[in-house]
Amino acid sequence: MTDEKPSLFERLQPLMQRLQPLMQEAKRLSIRGLKLARHWLGIAARETWIVLKRLPIASYSFFWAMVSPEYAQRLTDLYIDGASTLTNKASRQRAVEAPPQPQAVLQESGPDSALVLLSLLQKEGRFLDFLQEEVSGYSDHEVGAAARVVHDGCRRVLDDHLSIAPVRDEAEGSQVTLQKGFDPSAERPTGQVIGEPPFTGSLVHRGWRALDVRLPQVASSRDVRILAPAEVEL
Amino acid sequence: MSAARYAIGIDLGTTHSALSYVEIAKCEGEEVDQRILAIPQLTAAGSVEERPLLPSFIYLPHPDEHTPGDLTLPWGGDPTRVIGEHARRQGVTTPIRLVASAKSWLCHPDVDRKAAILPPEVPSDVQQLSPFEASVLYLSHLREAWNGAHPYDPLDGQDVTVTVPASFDPAARELTAEAAKAVGIDNLVLLEEPQAALYSWVNDSVGRWRHDVKVGDIILVVDVGGGTSDFSLIAVTEQDGALELTRVAVGEHILLGGDNMDLTLAHVVKQKLKKNGVELDRWQLQALTHGCRQAKEALLADAEREAYPIVVPSRGAKLIGGSIRTELTRDEVTETLIEGFFPEVSVDERPAQRARGALTKVGLPFAQDPAVTRHLAAFLGKQAGATEDLEGFVEHAHWASFLHPTAVLFNGGVFNAEVLRDRVLQVLNQWLAAEDAPAARLLEAHDMDLAVARGAAFYSYARNHGGVRIRGGTSHSYYVGIERSMPAIPGMEPELHALCVVPFGLEEGSEPVMPPQEFGLVVGEPVRFRFFGSSVRREDQVGDLLEEWSEDELEELEEIQTSLPADKLKRSEVVPVRLQAAVSEVGTLELTAIPTQGKAVGETSDWKVSFNTRGGSSADAE
Repeated sequence: MTDEKPSLFERLQPLMQRLQPLMQEAKRLSIRGLKLARHWLGIAARETWIVLKRLPIASYSFFWAMVSPEYAQRLTDLYIDGASTLTNKASRQRAVEAPPQPQAVLQESGPDSALVLLSLLQKEGRFLDFLQEEVSGYSDHEVGAAARVVHDGCRRVLDDHLSIAPVRDEAEGSQVTLQKGFDPSAERPTGQVIGEPPFTGSLVHRGWRALDVRLPQVASSRDVRILAPAEVEL
Repeated sequence: MSAARYAIGIDLGTTHSALSYVEIAKCEGEEVDQRILAIPQLTAAGSVEERPLLPSFIYLPHPDEHTPGDLTLPWGGDPTRVIGEHARRQGVTTPIRLVASAKSWLCHPDVDRKAAILPPEVPSDVQQLSPFEASVLYLSHLREAWNGAHPYDPLDGQDVTVTVPASFDPAARELTAEAAKAVGIDNLVLLEEPQAALYSWVNDSVGRWRHDVKVGDIILVVDVGGGTSDFSLIAVTEQDGALELTRVAVGEHILLGGDNMDLTLAHVVKQKLKKNGVELDRWQLQALTHGCRQAKEALLADAEREAYPIVVPSRGAKLIGGSIRTELTRDEVTETLIEGFFPEVSVDERPAQRARGALTKVGLPFAQDPAVTRHLAAFLGKQAGATEDLEGFVEHAHWASFLHPTAVLFNGGVFNAEVLRDRVLQVLNQWLAAEDAPAARLLEAHDMDLAVARGAAFYSYARNHGGVRIRGGTSHSYYVGIERSMPAIPGMEPELHALCVVPFGLEEGSEPVMPPQEFGLVVGEPVRFRFFGSSVRREDQVGDLLEEWSEDELEELEEIQTSLPADKLKRSEVVPVRLQAAVSEVGTLELTAIPTQGKAVGETSDWKVSFNTRGGSSADAE
């Protein structure tokens, strides 16, 4: 029977043979599809993990922002002003998480006002003449006499164009305390700088602070690089 | 009441000018909020700074001396005239282009005040200015500074007081008023500087002054500024139960001030250096003067110090090698300043007068005697009877040889030194003690450099908004000279009579006065009158004809003149006129010729009689 009548298998054989490449194609496609799915799923999972890893800080921030107005304010400052204005605790927390970033932009200081001040010091106090002269050949007596001119004139320039006051009003040598959150650019602790503020120590230098600067208005035509003109008596 | 928002006082000084102001709406009674205007000015080529004082100097730069644009001010400005600090500095090295002490020239009787004569005697390519133009320039600089700071309240809409020395004659006052008008100041009044100083004192006391003085007090104001000394006497009187101040006398114009003192010290030190073989040039002398001023201030302030070092820097770049070191000692200051300018003199001493050489160049009539105390003795001696007519004053003892002040107010930068205040007070009290009079007391003043400007601003405010006012009116009585017609006698000048046209103390804005005498004026020809003033003849009334007077009673001023235009009248017709005098609200004296039958002849109007500010001697020379 089997001889007379080709079995179903035999009949199907050519069909199967014709289908074979199709099947293989399908199998290959499904493997590729699986690979592709695994790849994307993997990415998705990784991404999810990355996002989920932030869940604690997100929920912490959310929770604390809801609970603490101070924290909320700090976050607000962070969003509005950028990272550089974060203070104290927040900046320290951030420093742990991210590498420290520069907090300000370095600027070129414009030469003009420096030159104007220098020419004032020269005009009133002969400042450049004094510094540019070789002092080693003169006695202290002679240098001292010239120093009077310089001191007198330069001081007049300071009085007229700047308001200068000490940073700390206490007498030098007295005990002072730097409170938590002191401005390190105005008050510099030296020596045994350890632990947490407040720091207590002795005032070595009172510091100086310019309260006001009143430099002259300069005409646009003036060459400020001329610090003192050459004089020719006719 | 005017609609001005600010009341402004301008001190137009010989060496410095300043502007003070008060905002009227913020004032309450005698509590006045005073401010000083920061005046932008060139302090170097191409640099502008604001300073409270504007040095009264004008520099006329050579066209190639500065880069174009380097003399720009915030309001642009005129690059051919530099005003202020930079002008003063430039003048040190180039004096031929510096206009200084223009105010002293403004009351110089021998020059034409509107002719370009400053700086005097310079090469012809320097464009000179007239003293009048200089005043206009200072005022317009102040105007621009004010308008820059207050763009919505320009100066011409504010109440402005400009100060003049008490010793300014009518012509100089009129020139000052004219200068102020020329820069657009319309609501103007003039105020005498010593009065301004007293107003400042009143202002500082915030009403307490009524307890510090009493009726019968005579306040002597001694004002020694940078270039001039000015004295005034102000009596405390009573009107309807309220205290009043009345200015009873002013002194003569004395060109003597703090600058003379610094210069004298510099010459003392210069002579000392010369003995050691060190010669100084003009630049170094200026630096030395500056050093002496500082040394003087230090030595006068600290009685312990015996000497103060002075270093005259070299002009070249070698500062250490080229500087000259010297010092000013206490003995030198005492001898030169205190004994030279404030000597202990007796009250009957008078300033020395040297006869001037006939060939002197025209220059400023500087005081020939440097002793301020001697000038003061002369002033008080001359004014011995100044309070005779005032009510409530003790009859002056007939043997009193001088007027006895009971209080003294000092003003001017010189008196920042306490030693000098004490010295003047001490000398004055010696005079008083010699005549058994009580010692004069000191009225404490503050900020002597700015007091005049502050007092002027206070006055601007007080005169429109109620407040104490110093009464006074004209400080002199004025006369025109009339030649008696008499047969000519060889070698004899025709006899001169003086007709009083303005009585003493004619107040601002009061009814005009007119002597009954008539004059015949020739139409179409300028007519001149000799003009006299007296600071002591208080009792003369309008129309009084003086036939004789003692020499120091009447002082001849510049002549007055008028010209009758020949429009409606025939040329060389003689028109009878009367002279009318009035003191305007501004404070200037106005003389008018009024034709007695004018209205009948035709539409002849009144003619202004003007002061001849063209100078006697130069007019003769033309």
